[in-house]
Amino acid sequence: MNPKPKFAMYWAASCGGCEIAVLNTHEKILDVDANFDIVFWPVAMDAKYKDVEAMEDDSILLTLFNGGIRNDENERLAKLLRRKSKILVAFGSCACEGCIPGLANLSPVGDIVYTAFNTITTDNPNEIYPRTTVDVPEGELHIPTLSKVVRPLEQVVDVDYFMPGCPPESHQIAAVIDLVIDVIKGKAELPPKGSVIGVGNSTVCDECPRTRNVKMVKEFKRIQDIAPADPTLCILEQGVPCNGPATRSGCNARCPQAGAQCIGCYGPAEGVIDYGARLITAFASVIDANTPEEIEHILDGIPDPTGQVYRFNLAGSLMKATKSAWEKA
Amino acid sequence: MDNDHFEPTIIGFTCNWCSYRASDLAGTARMKYAPNVRLIRLMCSGRLDPTFVLRALSAGADGVMITGCHPGECHYIEQNYKALRRYLLLKRVLSGLGIEPERVKLVWASAAEGARFASETTLFVEEIRKLGPLNWSKDSDQLSVISDQSDNWSLITDNSSEEVPA
Repeated sequence: MNPKPKFAMYWAASCGGCEIAVLNTHEKILDVDANFDIVFWPVAMDAKYKDVEAMEDDSILLTLFNGGIRNDENERLAKLLRRKSKILVAFGSCACEGCIPGLANLSPVGDIVYTAFNTITTDNPNEIYPRTTVDVPEGELHIPTLSKVVRPLEQVVDVDYFMPGCPPESHQIAAVIDLVIDVIKGKAELPPKGSVIGVGNSTVCDECPRTRNVKMVKEFKRIQDIAPADPTLCILEQGVPCNGPATRSGCNARCPQAGAQCIGCYGPAEGVIDYGARLITAFASVIDANTPEEIEHILDGIPDPTGQVYRFNLAGSLMKATKSAWEKA
Repeated sequence: MDNDHFEPTIIGFTCNWCSYRASDLAGTARMKYAPNVRLIRLMCSGRLDPTFVLRALSAGADGVMITGCHPGECHYIEQNYKALRRYLLLKRVLSGLGIEPERVKLVWASAAEGARFASETTLFVEEIRKLGPLNWSKDSDQLSVISDQSDNWSLITDNSSEEVPA
């Protein structure tokens, strides 16, 4: 019998939710084990980087890479796993577009480190800040160095497929696992390189069961401030900035179905070049005012417009980061 | 760079029915205005996707001028109001990204206002000249913290090829 194809999963700048989503496929995880030889998955098993380095190039059939590239360790591992893998999947929103860690691109990295050790609730009387190298009697020790900005995987290495979501929905992961197993058995073919997999081809609005009419918004509000909220009417129509119009379908509109606005974790819909720009267009088109003063007054209802339209997508957007994050060390 | 010697690159979006004709009029009337603006004709300012502005700024433009018909005079009834709303929200997003919102300007100019188009263009170029170059970073590679791209730094010090655990 031929040896089983090899499978790897790695986390870079991410939270670990993607790994949980994979385990959340329930008994489907047994199919992974039955069909793959899991060679590297730091969350689930003990393996060392040197084990990966010792593997032959292209010897891992499938690598799910979650997390963005925040430091040199992430970058080296991304390049290493690219070399060792036949199919490299940017798995989850962080690897696809930066996700929540990508919002760090709003600040220079020095400010981020300073703030982390200097808030009013931080007890740091000797003003100790982390260093990336330290001398100890045994020699020099290193910890990874933060890069200026968070980068999605695609900005660092060549990526074969993208699977967005924060995290990707488990039923979508299960479908992709089934597909790959069918490919191994010769029953199916891989989608074209560069495809976004495990998703729908439309927007969250298309999957949303709420009723949509002509939207005329006089005031933007937070979801907790609309009471009583109408559970059957479009959330944007009720004045809450909902990111559904720009967001890729695939999640079955989970948040709107549960009574909350879409926050956009599935990333830009098919054909959308810049997620934030599409949302600016969507929000602007529902504003019911024609004078600059009145429009500005309505826009005041969105207190953090940049965070609102780039919540998951800043690192993968056209601008990628703020000016200060690019320029300062 | 000395801002007095800096020639800004400006992308200008014009509406087919009014501001493009205004620029045409400025040209046929031989009015002089700053040559820094590169005009792109759209059918309407309502066609202006904010993506165009972001693409221009991220690809090297120092400023973007959006022009259209005066409010109430849109060839497509009310699309210039949509352009106005997008523009106001876009400016807020841009300032969140550390870009001076003054780098994007909305100018209304009817087909008869060639002189206004010319003077507004010259004024905008001077405003951008004062702000200085935007110099948006385009290259992701320069962000690598691995200083030497060819370095052989290994993640491990012991390179003995042990058996890979199954």
